[in-house]
Amino acid sequence: MMHKVNTIDANSLSADWAEDAIRENSANHNHAAKDLRSITERDVLARLEGARTRKARIREDRITLAHGAGGKATHSLIEAMFLEGFRNPILEAMEDQAVLQVGDARLAFTTDSFVVSPLFFPGGNIGDLAVNGTVNDLAVGGARPLYLSAGFILEEGFPIGDLSRIVTSMKSAAQAVGIQIVTGDTKVVQKGKGDGCFINTSGIGVIDRPVNLSAASCRPGDAVIVSGPIGEHGITIMLARGELEIEADIGSDTAPLAALVERILDAAPQVRCMRDATRGGVATVLNEIAAASGVAIIVDESAVPIRQEVAGACELLGIDPLHVACEGRLVAIVGDESAQAALTAIRSGPYGDGASIIGRVKADPAGIVLLKTCFGGTRILDLLIGDPLPRIC
Amino acid sequence: MMKFVDEFRSEPLAHRLAAQIAELAGNQPYQIMEVCGGHTHTIYKHGLEDYLPPNITLVHGPGCPVCVIPMGRLDDAIFIAEQKDVIFTSFGDMMRVPGGRGSFLDAKARGADIRIVYSPLDALSIARRNSGKRVVFFAIGFETTAPSTAVTLLRAKAERIENFSIFCNHVTIIPAIKAILDSPDLRLSGFIGPGHVSTIIGCRPYEFIARNYGKPIVVGGFEPLDILQSIYMILKQLTDGRAEVENQYTRAVTWNGNSRALKALSETMELRPFFEWRGLGFISHSALTLRAAYAAYDAERIFELPGMRVADPKACQCGEVLKGVLKPWQCKVFGTACTPETPIGTCMVSSEGACAAYYNYGRFTRERIRYAANDTNPVNP
Repeated sequence: MMHKVNTIDANSLSADWAEDAIRENSANHNHAAKDLRSITERDVLARLEGARTRKARIREDRITLAHGAGGKATHSLIEAMFLEGFRNPILEAMEDQAVLQVGDARLAFTTDSFVVSPLFFPGGNIGDLAVNGTVNDLAVGGARPLYLSAGFILEEGFPIGDLSRIVTSMKSAAQAVGIQIVTGDTKVVQKGKGDGCFINTSGIGVIDRPVNLSAASCRPGDAVIVSGPIGEHGITIMLARGELEIEADIGSDTAPLAALVERILDAAPQVRCMRDATRGGVATVLNEIAAASGVAIIVDESAVPIRQEVAGACELLGIDPLHVACEGRLVAIVGDESAQAALTAIRSGPYGDGASIIGRVKADPAGIVLLKTCFGGTRILDLLIGDPLPRIC
Repeated sequence: MMKFVDEFRSEPLAHRLAAQIAELAGNQPYQIMEVCGGHTHTIYKHGLEDYLPPNITLVHGPGCPVCVIPMGRLDDAIFIAEQKDVIFTSFGDMMRVPGGRGSFLDAKARGADIRIVYSPLDALSIARRNSGKRVVFFAIGFETTAPSTAVTLLRAKAERIENFSIFCNHVTIIPAIKAILDSPDLRLSGFIGPGHVSTIIGCRPYEFIARNYGKPIVVGGFEPLDILQSIYMILKQLTDGRAEVENQYTRAVTWNGNSRALKALSETMELRPFFEWRGLGFISHSALTLRAAYAAYDAERIFELPGMRVADPKACQCGEVLKGVLKPWQCKVFGTACTPETPIGTCMVSSEGACAAYYNYGRFTRERIRYAANDTNPVNP
C-alpha cells in the first residue's frame, strides 16, 4: 500500500533554512551522544526550557504580519531590535509606560499607534481607541493622565466627514477623563499608500502616589483579578469585518480605566502590578507577568468572566477567549490581604461590574501560566502564536 | 449556543466516566489512537489526560490535514501565488506552514497577494469581484472539507466563472489508517474514529479495521465527554473480546454517511494514483484531484508547476510522530530547532498538530502540572 520513493529526482531539494536551524541548535546539545530511547521526557523538557529562555533573535529577512501580532514574534522583534538598539535602564523595565524622575515629580510617558480595521465598529471607533489606549497605558502604571498628543496619517481621498466623527470621539473620550490633547501632527500619503486613517497618540501623566508597580514584583499567594468580561473588543472587530458571516450582539469594550485604577489604588495599597489586556489578551499579560516575576500563575477557567456571545463566537472560531484583545479591561495582581478590597473597589464603579478573581500566583513552575479547565483538567496557557487577525487596534 | 456545549463538558460526568474507564482498564496497558487532529486538540485543550489512568496512552494519529502536506506542495503553491495577476487564497492555518522556501506569510511579505479566506466560496466571491485577476484556492483537508470544495467547483462551473481555480490537496483518511495498521513498529489497542470525516463518509468504510485487523474503532465526537465515552466504549469492546465499528457520535454521524456530499465529491473529483504525505511518503489512492471535466478549474493544469519535491530534514521525525511511533517530545528537534514560533515540521504549526498541542498545552510532565495546579484551589486557597 505504501510506496516510499527512495530515488531522489532532479527536482528534489532540501530545505536549507531547516538544516541550518537544526545545526545551530545541535551546537547547544549533543544528540548523537545519546540513544534516542534513553532520553526521558524530563530531559527534553529541561532542554526545551533552555531553548525558550535563550536570547531573542529575528530569523526572518522581512517583516511579516506575525511581527505585529503581539505574540512571540513581536516579543523577539522588540527585544532583538528595539531594546537592543535603544537600550537604557528606563526602557529595560519593559512596562506599558516609562517612569521618569523630573525634579521632584515622577512622570509616566507612553505612546501607541492605532491602525484598526474597520475604523468604525460597534461600541466605538479608532478615535476612542487612540485616546483610551494611551490613557490606560498611563493609568495602569499608577499615573494620573494629564496630556496627550495626536498624530494623524491620512490617506488621500479619506472622507472629511469620517475624520470629523473620529475627532469628535477623541474629544469626548478626552473630556471623559479630564485630559487635553495639547499637540499634534498631520501627514497625508498618496492613495494606496495608507489605509484611510492611522493615529498615533502619546501621553504624559503624573504619579503622585507612593506606588511602585512592576510586573516583576508579584509573589506567591497574590490574587489575579480581571476587571470585567474579556474578549469583547477582539470579537467585535472580527465580526465587524463581515468575513465570517456570524452575527452577534457584541460591542467593543473600549473604555478609559483611569478612575477604576484610582479606586483600586485607594482600596488596595498592596497592588503589585496592573496591565491592560490589549493585543494577545489576558493570557499574554499573565505570561509577561509570570516571566518577569519568576512565578507561576494558576488560572481557574470557570472563574474567568466572559459574555455568552463572546464565548459562543470563540467556540465557533476555535479561538481561546483568553487570547482575544480587550480595550477596556485590566489585569491586576494584588496581595492576598487586599484582594477582596480591590475587587469590591473595582466593582463599585463604571467599567468594573463584571470583575472577578480568576487565579492565584504560585512559586512553581516559575514563568509558566497554567489553566484549570472548566472540564476539570489542567493545561499550559501560553502566549498566542500566529494571530490570524492583524490590525485589531 | 454555549448551552449545547456545556453539557458535554460536565465535570461530575467526567469523573464518573473516568472511574468506569479506570475500572475497565485495570492494570493492562492500552494504546488508543485518536486518528483526528481535532481530537488531539480537544484532549490537550481540556487537559483530558488528567482523567485517564497511567496505563492508558493516547497516541496521536495522522488526521491533521495541515500536518500531512509535504514541503514541496507548499513550494508549488508559493510558485502559483507569485505568478502575475494571481490572488492566492488559503485557510488561515496554512499561513505559517513552512515549505522549502519559507511560508505563505513570507511569500506575502515578499509581495505575493495571498489572502486568508474562511471557505472556498469566499475565494469564489473574490474571483467574481476581480475579473482581471486569476484567483486560486489552496484546497486542503480530508473528506470533511472536500465537499465544500466540490460545491464551490459546481457553482463556479454553473456560473461560468473562468478566473477561478483550485490547487487541490485533499486527502482521504482510509489509506492513512491502513498505512498505520500495516506499519510494523506500532502496537495499537484500538482507534477513536474521526468524527468530522465520518459525518461525510459514515461508519461503513471502517469495517475492515475490525474485520481484517481485529481492532475496535469507535467514531467519536469532539467534546471532551465524547472522547472519554469513546475510550470507555473501546475498552468495553476489548474487555468483552469484541472488535467492532461503533458510533459514539450519533448526533452527527450516520452509518452510510452524507450521500449528497459524496455525490458532489464524486462528480467533481477522483482519486489520484498516489500522493506524497509528509513523513509518510507516497501512499497510493490517498488523495483527490479534479476530474477532467473540471480541468479548466485545476490550478495544477493551468500553471506549469515546478513539481518540487523537498526532502524533509533528516533530523525531522514528523512521520514517526504522525504514525504515533514517537511521542512529540521524542523527536530530536522538538522544542529546540522546532518550536511553534519557528516550526520545521508541520505538526508544530497546526493547532491540531500533536507537537504544537503538546508544546503549547502540555509541556510539563502530567504529574508536575497536576501537582502545581491542584495542591490548592486557585480561587480560594
